[in-house]
Amino acid sequence: MAERIDQMVIAAVKKISDGSGALAVNNVQKLFVDPTGGNITALEAVNLDIRPGEFISLLGPSGCGKSTLLRLIAGLDTPTSGSIALDNEVVAGPHYFRGLVFQDPTLFPWLTIRKNVAVGLDARGILKEKEEEVDEYIQLVGLAGFESSYPYQLSGGMAQRAALARALVNHPKVLLMDEPLGALDAFTRMNMQDEILRIWKDRGTTIVFVTHDIDEAIYLSDRVVVMTPRPGKIAKVFDIGIERPRSRNYPDFFEIRSDILELLHFAEKNKPEYYL
Amino acid sequence: MPDTTSVKQTLIAKVNENIVVSNVSFINREISALLPFIFVALLLAEHTLLQNRQPFFQKPYFTWIIEVLVVIFAVAGIGANKFPAFWSKFLEKAPLLAAFAGFLIVWDFVTLKLALLPLPYFPSPAAVTAALINEWETLGISALYSLRLLLIGYGLGVLLGLPTGVLMGWYPRFHYWVNPILRSIGPIPATAWIPLAMVAFPSSFTASIFLLVLACWFPITVMTWSGIANVNKAYYEVARSLGASEFYLITRVALPAAMPSIFVGLFMSMGVAFVTLIVGEMLGVKAGLGWFITWAQGWAEFSKVYAALIVMSVLFSGIITLLFKVRDEVLVWQKGLIKW
Ligand SMILES: Nc1ncnc2c1ncn2[C@@H]1O[C@H](COP(=O)(O)OP(=O)(O)O)[C@@H](O)[C@H]1O
Ligand SMILES: [Mg+2]
Repeated sequence: MAERIDQMVIAAVKKISDGSGALAVNNVQKLFVDPTGGNITALEAVNLDIRPGEFISLLGPSGCGKSTLLRLIAGLDTPTSGSIALDNEVVAGPHYFRGLVFQDPTLFPWLTIRKNVAVGLDARGILKEKEEEVDEYIQLVGLAGFESSYPYQLSGGMAQRAALARALVNHPKVLLMDEPLGALDAFTRMNMQDEILRIWKDRGTTIVFVTHDIDEAIYLSDRVVVMTPRPGKIAKVFDIGIERPRSRNYPDFFEIRSDILELLHFAEKNKPEYYL
Repeated sequence: MPDTTSVKQTLIAKVNENIVVSNVSFINREISALLPFIFVALLLAEHTLLQNRQPFFQKPYFTWIIEVLVVIFAVAGIGANKFPAFWSKFLEKAPLLAAFAGFLIVWDFVTLKLALLPLPYFPSPAAVTAALINEWETLGISALYSLRLLLIGYGLGVLLGLPTGVLMGWYPRFHYWVNPILRSIGPIPATAWIPLAMVAFPSSFTASIFLLVLACWFPITVMTWSGIANVNKAYYEVARSLGASEFYLITRVALPAAMPSIFVGLFMSMGVAFVTLIVGEMLGVKAGLGWFITWAQGWAEFSKVYAALIVMSVLFSGIITLLFKVRDEVLVWQKGLIKW
């Protein structure tokens, strides 16, 4: 118990001492040109302020612009209008401050796991000074012993852990994750959710987590941003006040769940009593 | 962690796969191990006991070699049956060796013994062996000349083609200007330039190098370019979000990702390089295995032609094997590589 509190204190100190990782999405619109020459409004007037160290989920059905928004934050695409800023600095292109994890781990198949994790440091020319950190992060995601394996020798869950370590070793201010657990089986998935939470508490990094799984969003996040398609926009932002560690079948859980389902027109408003 | 165990299991399965030595022979091991001995002994009997119908006035190198082989294979066969683990390589190849001896029996029989095939075009194995041994010096020097020309031409072709392909794959503007040249010049077999090259260059040696470079440049450029153009764009996105510069993207992401394709280009280039080399030597260069063949043909000494073909086979096969070794080394990360 005392150890637990210690850990929480350390985590809290880390977060306060860091204090960076505030994202501001201001009135962002993104248009794509469709094959017939018309416009697709992928995102319309999106406003969102994300606090430093916050765990936020973008939730919504396929095509509502979650990936588009995440790619704009990553700097892989530019908004048609509006702007995005990280700690008051406007996003203009990719930067290691904003780490990425896709649904597909996209590890480099020609590198061993260790070298994959080290790619960011290598690309930035600081690998020599930070060799031990590579091992540290491999430990952190539970891949010790697989340093010299190649990606094809890893299971989906392990590959995703490696991708996570690869992003984290760069000390990003924000971690952007696009359905990172979407390709995993249900059990590996729940396992990984807890791992991500553990790492998030440990590092205090802001996380923007894209998912179309309502339970996953509620279980993980401080806030859940529910988006709707055609045109992609934010429908509502839910504050998840449930204390951590959370139980997956906490009654409040079901209430938020039915609120979100109702918002997305998948269910009538259910009274929580039905579940109890 | 459930996924750790599953990976360990696949690793164990891999190891087991390697331990189970593939068993090609379908007869039992004791006989299989003695097959090379039996067939070489048969060859010796056939070669020495039957009457010659073709003239043969060379030293009996062929007989000597068979005699030595009879002894070697007898020892190997017995040894393999006593210590199968130690002789596993021999056991695996035993049926092949026996089959080759069988082939020599048939060849010797229809040429030297029955004279069924017309001379001088189809000499006996004994005549080819004699040519190989009598001409070993000329053949060796010719092989070295061929090797020199091949390595210079191929090396320069690759050195030129690799950057051309990388630039084409990376910079659309470079692709725009170079693509027409690649498309129009590339498909012309390099040997078609021989008449021009022979007058345009000061020596047949430099002309041949030019032809080889041209021949190798095309496949390596095309395969490098397409390899780079087909790299998963997500690799670049991930690398850029990790802080990679453009130089890093080209050299550390695009190039290694394109490596499998580049190796296809390296193999294709080697194939056309062999053709261009030999044709160039047959038509202009006054050295090399190609020249040796035309020269021997001029004197109607076909046993020497066959000897040169054997040397060529060993040389070229060796080069291809080496290239495969390099590829296996570079592409260890690829699942399910085909072994040469
Ligand atoms: N590169 C693109 N070109 C054209 N349309 C696109 C492109 N990327 C996304 N879109 C469109 O934008 C909308 C939102 O897509 P996306 O952000 O991928 O949704 P989500 O990730 O929520 O499933 C979709 O209608 C999609 O077809
Ligand atoms: Mg998506």
